[in-house]
Amino acid sequence: MHEFRFEPVQLPAAAEALRGEVRAFIAEEVAKGAFTPRRNSWSSFDPDFSRNCGERGYIGMRWPKEYGGHERSALERYVVTEEMLAGGAPVGAHWVADRQSGHQILRYGSDRAKRTILPKIAAGVCFFSIGMSEPDSGSDLAAVRTRATQVEGGWKISGTKVWTSGAHRTNYLIALARTSPKEEDRHAGMTEFIVDLSHPGVTVRPIYNLYGGHDFNEVVFDEYFVADDMILGGVGMGWKMVTGELAFERSGPDRFLSTYQLLLESIRAIGANPDARSANEIGRFVAHLATLRRMSTSVAGMLERGAQPIVEAALVKDIGTAFEREIPETFRQLIPTEPTLGDGASYPELLGMTILRAPGFTIRGGTREILRGMIARGLGLR
Amino acid sequence: MSEIRDDLLKTVDRIFDEHCPKSVRESAEAGEWPATLWQALEEVGVTRAALPEEAGGSGIEFEDAMFALRRSAYHGAPIPLAETMLAGRLLAAAGIAVPDGGLTVAPVQRNDRLTFAKDAAGATIAGVVHRVPWGNACVHALVAGEFEGKGVVGLAAIAGAAQSVEKNLAGEPRALLKFERTPLIAFAPLDGALARLEAEGALYRSVQMAGALERTLEYSLQYANERVQFGRPIAKFQAIQHMLAILAGQVAASSAAADAAVEESRVSPDEFSVSVAKSRIGEAAGKGAEIAHQVHGAMGYTREHNLHYSTRRLWSWRDEFGNETFWQTRLGRIIASKGADALWPMLAGR
Repeated sequence: MHEFRFEPVQLPAAAEALRGEVRAFIAEEVAKGAFTPRRNSWSSFDPDFSRNCGERGYIGMRWPKEYGGHERSALERYVVTEEMLAGGAPVGAHWVADRQSGHQILRYGSDRAKRTILPKIAAGVCFFSIGMSEPDSGSDLAAVRTRATQVEGGWKISGTKVWTSGAHRTNYLIALARTSPKEEDRHAGMTEFIVDLSHPGVTVRPIYNLYGGHDFNEVVFDEYFVADDMILGGVGMGWKMVTGELAFERSGPDRFLSTYQLLLESIRAIGANPDARSANEIGRFVAHLATLRRMSTSVAGMLERGAQPIVEAALVKDIGTAFEREIPETFRQLIPTEPTLGDGASYPELLGMTILRAPGFTIRGGTREILRGMIARGLGLR
Repeated sequence: MSEIRDDLLKTVDRIFDEHCPKSVRESAEAGEWPATLWQALEEVGVTRAALPEEAGGSGIEFEDAMFALRRSAYHGAPIPLAETMLAGRLLAAAGIAVPDGGLTVAPVQRNDRLTFAKDAAGATIAGVVHRVPWGNACVHALVAGEFEGKGVVGLAAIAGAAQSVEKNLAGEPRALLKFERTPLIAFAPLDGALARLEAEGALYRSVQMAGALERTLEYSLQYANERVQFGRPIAKFQAIQHMLAILAGQVAASSAAADAAVEESRVSPDEFSVSVAKSRIGEAAGKGAEIAHQVHGAMGYTREHNLHYSTRRLWSWRDEFGNETFWQTRLGRIIASKGADALWPMLAGR
């Protein structure tokens, strides 16, 4: 049986110093009117803010300096990340590139990929999407049908990716494609490619979400050329790449802070003298939040030590996203209001938007059912 | 895991395996003091492990003492180890010499108050205190209260004070003690003695629940892998797998919350992290026990299976030293009064 140990982590003094710096930066930006901290932080696409973060060294923090990185620790990066989310900063443009794509390129990319792409990500001017899901391949990723066929100097990719957040404004995506026919081992024969979205031959169409927003896309590749040196980890290594990437995608504070702004505004709306029930609920959420934060920090510590805490990450995401979803459900009963459609700063609109976004929390990055299956495997049940 | 922790684990697990079999747990519920078990723990210094070295402690870190407590709960040991550690730590904090033997604490209920008085002959206490854990089995009690508007603690002999004994759901004795101008063996000021007793009690119960929850998960995994229905172990059914994944989440969160509270409470209990731990783990206790029993089916509902030694403790401990509502409401009021903007700095520790 896998033993779930969320070992305590002591944040280094450098990380705590950085915390003060980031907090001051966010306060300045808010004071300048650069953003309103009530928006859904890591889905808010704001290239100006991202460039600003790049200039300050808040992107690619763990990468070597020769690729534009800052050679900081995973724990320092963790502190910056959680401060950005808690402050409601619009970090959505660079989020995926910083959280997972850049890390994969650094670890498994060619020399050219590292030299041409990483410095731009770190500068906050180059953004990524995730190219995993397809119309017939969601939770069952090994069912991907997008094919890559070898040609002179590279590969031609054909197929359709869906739920591709931000692809209408990002520069690249990392696509999982089949490079040899399905065998008995259904995880074999897949490869990850870094795909530049700026060339002709790729069609990006919006898929509007339930509240009418444009975040998702359908991305269609038709014989789209990708050079050999844009392969990650080697031909046939796609499954390993995907699972490694997901450990970074699942464990961070973005998996329990999605509704933090609603929690804050609810506490504000309830005021300094809450009734017993409101005080009880606030206390309960804070107890959950403090515990989740501790677990997530611990996972950052495991990543720092070079471990691949895939099951721990799944566990943090499972309980973290359940927590996120409970917040609107509870406060709507404590603060008499009717949720209102709109992206404004009023409480009814914040509540409304959170309710409409909530179903996504337990789906994106792996549904809770898939995560529970992974946890069960870790427990030795399958 | 540190080397000390590793040695400690082996030592205490050996003692519990050897001296805390089912027969001892059963006879303890019938009212028999598990003398051999207690003596074995005393001999290796576990009962004094939470004391500072100068007060007669065994020279191990507070975290390690709490780890030993967690193991005792994992093993369902029917002894006042938490109470002895707690009483000792408060006595030591007040500069009072810690006596040998099992110790308990009073009052443990919010509405109970002892009256402290002082005359030429010394200090006395008077009053009735309810549900004192192991109050009938211990020789001494740490008593806490106020005297002349200031927090005080004292050491009292229990002999003759026990009027009646109830049991919690795990069959652990909870005694009604009546003190009638009982002379105190020692008496000293301790700032916020009652609040400290309450928070420290909540901390120890949190640690114990974390240990008992680990055991319920282990029992459940073992049972699911062994029990065959419809031609395969029930662990192969997705419904069971998902229930156990949820249980594992509750257990992992409880461990993390208990660790955090212990770390922050090396010298004295940290109110924020103790509130978090008792709230979070108390919630996990109920939800975790429910899943564990559902997975075990009728077998877990028997006296024969050992699951109940863990779950009956969880159902008792979550209500002792303040239930979830008490600690959550208190935490919620503090946060509301400081305002939303103070929340993040509080969580992030600055």
